[in-house]
Amino acid sequence: MYQLIFILVLLIVTYFIGTYLEKKHYISIIEREKKLNKLPAIAIKTPPSVGDFQQQLVLGSVTISVDYFKRFLAALHNFFGGRVTSYETLLDRARREALLRMKESAAEQNATLILNIKYETVSIYKGRGKSVGSVEVLAYGTAMIPE
Amino acid sequence: MLISNLEILPNKTIIKHLGLVQGSSVRAKHVGRDIMASVKNLFGGELVGYTELLQESREEAMQRLEKQAEALGANAIINVRFSTSSIAQGAAEIYVYGTAVILE
Repeated sequence: MYQLIFILVLLIVTYFIGTYLEKKHYISIIEREKKLNKLPAIAIKTPPSVGDFQQQLVLGSVTISVDYFKRFLAALHNFFGGRVTSYETLLDRARREALLRMKESAAEQNATLILNIKYETVSIYKGRGKSVGSVEVLAYGTAMIPE
Repeated sequence: MLISNLEILPNKTIIKHLGLVQGSSVRAKHVGRDIMASVKNLFGGELVGYTELLQESREEAMQRLEKQAEALGANAIINVRFSTSSIAQGAAEIYVYGTAVILE
């Protein structure tokens, strides 16, 4: 009985804290995306116009974990099938954050363009029953720095 | 050392291909970070400890990659790719590979 109450309280608490943290993260992502809109990151291998550029590999990575409530929800989804929205937002946040970090490090080096963007995703922490706990996303590309 | 994940570098000519070079690194986090991470796992959000660990590990892998290319006498590495795999609970392997070349 006590265990059940403990899990219920945990679910409620993690729901509120997790939702709050996610909203805060999205606000910061959208704000920084607007700031870095001028720096295009594209997935092609040759620049549209060849000028005098210096190339530099840039990386951005982030590890984000999903909260307890969402993991519980995902386990339910797993039973019934269908879209697992709780993991969709997790991966969306991780990808956008990784791209932003890459862009930030490119902007620091005065790059004007980032070419050949690649993503690498790996789930590094497995919870009970092999459920996804947290994912690491790495975004990398070649920054073109005008000479 | 020029490192890039482009296959053809604009305005630069490749004189010689020296073949594949690689670097890898396996790291695990210490218990303190593990406990912190399991607490954060409850509430969600970024696991800063893990992010840092993987970044350090990636830097090390890249240093090994560069060392190998230097030994071959290359001055650039092109078409660099990263690969990460979690080989065990709490340990991750970072693998970097690319083609060592001599540029003009």
